[in-house]
Amino acid sequence: MPETILSMTGIQKYFPGVHALDGVDLELRAGEVMALVGENGAGKSTLMKILTGIYEKDGGKIELFGKEVEIHSPYEAQQLGLCIIHQELNLLRDLTVAENIYIGRETIHGLFLDKKEQNRRAQELLDSLNIKIDATTEVKRLTVAKQQMVEIAKALSFPSTRVMVMDEPSSPLTDTEIQELFTFIRELKAKGVGVIYISHRLDELEQISDRITVMRDGHTVGMVETKDITLDQIIKMMVGRVIYEEPKSKSNVPDDAEIVLEVRHLISDDVKDVSFVLRKGEILGFAGLMGAGRTETARLLFGADKRTSGEVLVNGKPVSISSPEDAVKAGIGYLSEDRKQFGLCLGLSVCDNTVLPTLSDFVKGAFVDDRAIAKATSEYVDKIGVKTPHVTTAAKSLSGGNQQKIVIAKWLLRNCDILIFDEPTRGIDVGAKNEIYKLMNQLVSQGKSIIMISSEMPELLRMSDRIVVMCEGRLVGELGIEDANQEKIMSYATMRE
Amino acid sequence: MDSQVKKKLNMQKLLAPLALIILYVFFSIFGNNFFSVDTLKNILESSYYIGFMAFGVTFVIITGGIDLSIGTVMMCSALIGAYVFKQLNWPLTIALFVTVGVGAMFGLVNGLLIAKLELPPFIATLGTMMMSQGFGSIITKVQSQTWPTATAEIGSWFKKVFIRNTFYIGQTKFSGFPVGAFWLLAFFIIGALLLHNTKFGRYTFAIGSNEEAARLSGINVSKWKVLVYTVCGIFAGLGGIFYAAAYTTITPGTGNGQELNAIAGVVIGGTSMAGGSGTMVGTLIGIFIMSVLKNGLSACGLQAPWQTFFTGAVVIGAVLLDIQRTKAANRVKKS
Repeated sequence: MPETILSMTGIQKYFPGVHALDGVDLELRAGEVMALVGENGAGKSTLMKILTGIYEKDGGKIELFGKEVEIHSPYEAQQLGLCIIHQELNLLRDLTVAENIYIGRETIHGLFLDKKEQNRRAQELLDSLNIKIDATTEVKRLTVAKQQMVEIAKALSFPSTRVMVMDEPSSPLTDTEIQELFTFIRELKAKGVGVIYISHRLDELEQISDRITVMRDGHTVGMVETKDITLDQIIKMMVGRVIYEEPKSKSNVPDDAEIVLEVRHLISDDVKDVSFVLRKGEILGFAGLMGAGRTETARLLFGADKRTSGEVLVNGKPVSISSPEDAVKAGIGYLSEDRKQFGLCLGLSVCDNTVLPTLSDFVKGAFVDDRAIAKATSEYVDKIGVKTPHVTTAAKSLSGGNQQKIVIAKWLLRNCDILIFDEPTRGIDVGAKNEIYKLMNQLVSQGKSIIMISSEMPELLRMSDRIVVMCEGRLVGELGIEDANQEKIMSYATMRE
Repeated sequence: MDSQVKKKLNMQKLLAPLALIILYVFFSIFGNNFFSVDTLKNILESSYYIGFMAFGVTFVIITGGIDLSIGTVMMCSALIGAYVFKQLNWPLTIALFVTVGVGAMFGLVNGLLIAKLELPPFIATLGTMMMSQGFGSIITKVQSQTWPTATAEIGSWFKKVFIRNTFYIGQTKFSGFPVGAFWLLAFFIIGALLLHNTKFGRYTFAIGSNEEAARLSGINVSKWKVLVYTVCGIFAGLGGIFYAAAYTTITPGTGNGQELNAIAGVVIGGTSMAGGSGTMVGTLIGIFIMSVLKNGLSACGLQAPWQTFFTGAVVIGAVLLDIQRTKAANRVKKS
């Protein structure tokens, strides 16, 4: 058996309010591909960030070639021979391949750069790896697949590199390119490099991995030989957590409830012909893996991005939505997954944020009626329990859960009948989560309808009356809450073309 | 703890007015004849046209943008106003409207370029800065244009209405009364109300704080941005009227650099170049600080180069303070 080059044992990591990793184990042998799988938020990325020095661990042990090591920075990780290929490539697009590979370690002759020598060395490296790229090409002129190869070559240009982490390397690639990547990974294996391969595409694992480590909720749930296991078993391991929230057993919405929103053939670059209906008083869950096109669908529906084609009907009448302004007029409110970037004006006060969509209602003559604004805001702040010292407090000084509630208050005040909640509980603590669930249930009982996008399946199963699943921009399946479970959702969510 | 922090922040809000008072007292003690009614008039009068530009560009800067064209637009407006009055013999009142109209037109062009065609504000207004400079010269065939003087046959009221006037109230004679100050005050109030008490103003702050969040709240961001730049242009046009009333003769091809004085005033007044925060009263104090500095230094016998030098130093000092203020605000957030 080849030697074990890396072993992580009992890794602990805490974030404010979250125990992100609780005793995670991982080991890697020389010349092996270890796949690391798990749902969104299982802790894969956190673990890899600890390994490569981006985060510091709060407990546990990392051993490299049998020696315990402490890794405090990405630079130290690199020196130890650990490198990571991130999902978003870190190349400088205007520089050449050679310049990118040797950035920070330029070949120098006296005072000046020795470009000729540097290009020669880079070309040698590329040739030795069988990568057919000219070292003097500018990176922006390469395909994503080739850029990825350059990134890998860059990692291997450090002579000490023995462990390579690849974070979803196949996601931007076409099928042929993926095959090229696999051939390349096999060559790496032959050189004795250990590869940790993170992927959401379970079907790939059979082709490329030797062993699989499955993570869930910050724990390692198992490590198995790829040849001994089926896809279904992996999915079971990934989602088989104790469901701490009772899933909804039955839809609260009668089948013949009035349709408030109908979306027909929504198409854009990222969304491929999505059609669905939303009924009065319904919570419609949108499930799928990251990048499945759920947020993109919501943004198209809300008019935030340009659509290629598609029709939207509100209460049976076609509405033309080409900007968020139109959507708001049609009674649609959108709570973004990234409230800091898209939801709030952080520097402005709670009341300025709350009345942003409804400011026109508070204009008396020429001027804004600040007293009425403060009154209305206080009312909603009390109603949904925003904890803020005062309504004139700046939004940025509130906690995540309270900020999220301000965004909700904003749409409640606007009296929107259709609400799109995109990851409404991301980054907020458990208590605040429950409050938001309660609020959502109140809203639907008042006859509002909610589209809920979430990457947390228990949350979807607890809240939704119906769940649709997206994969690669397509709407691949629909499940009534009565027969929805995590396994079914997961198998739809990985239904790639 | 909380009240202490609040106190500290309020202290920082008071820094600009405090600096103004300190400067004024300083120059009153050390300057030659600085503490006098005449100097006070000079201080007021040298802040009129810069003040108008600064009021307008305050809106733009709060949206997170910049308008480099206001200096030359102001000149171009005054030039064309004088041209239609002198060369085309239009009535003076109409000429005044033309002056403001030219400013509004350039503002509108800026707004359309920035909001609809998505040009960066710096580039768009750099372009219109040059275009307005050229435009005025083309219309007037590079001839200097003059506005009516106080003794002119037609329009002698021009200076009396906008700059200074001598009049009696009862038996008391007010000679050379700076009426322009009332205009400045009036438009300051209009500007402040517009910025702090109208929907337009709220959206200005919202766009500067987070343009995308504002858009996703259903605000027609591009429409409001066009309006913001148009308002800025209108204020530049108004500045043109007061420049004309102060200097009478307008030379084609000038105006470059005036915008920077106005922007400096806004920055000294505590408006953040990053957008999302600022006050109109800050801008007013900012331009007075610059004006006091200018007159004070010359009362100390230091001439124009020194004035420029110290104004620069004050701009840097004000921004350093602004950075400290932001840091202090962020510390509050963490604790």
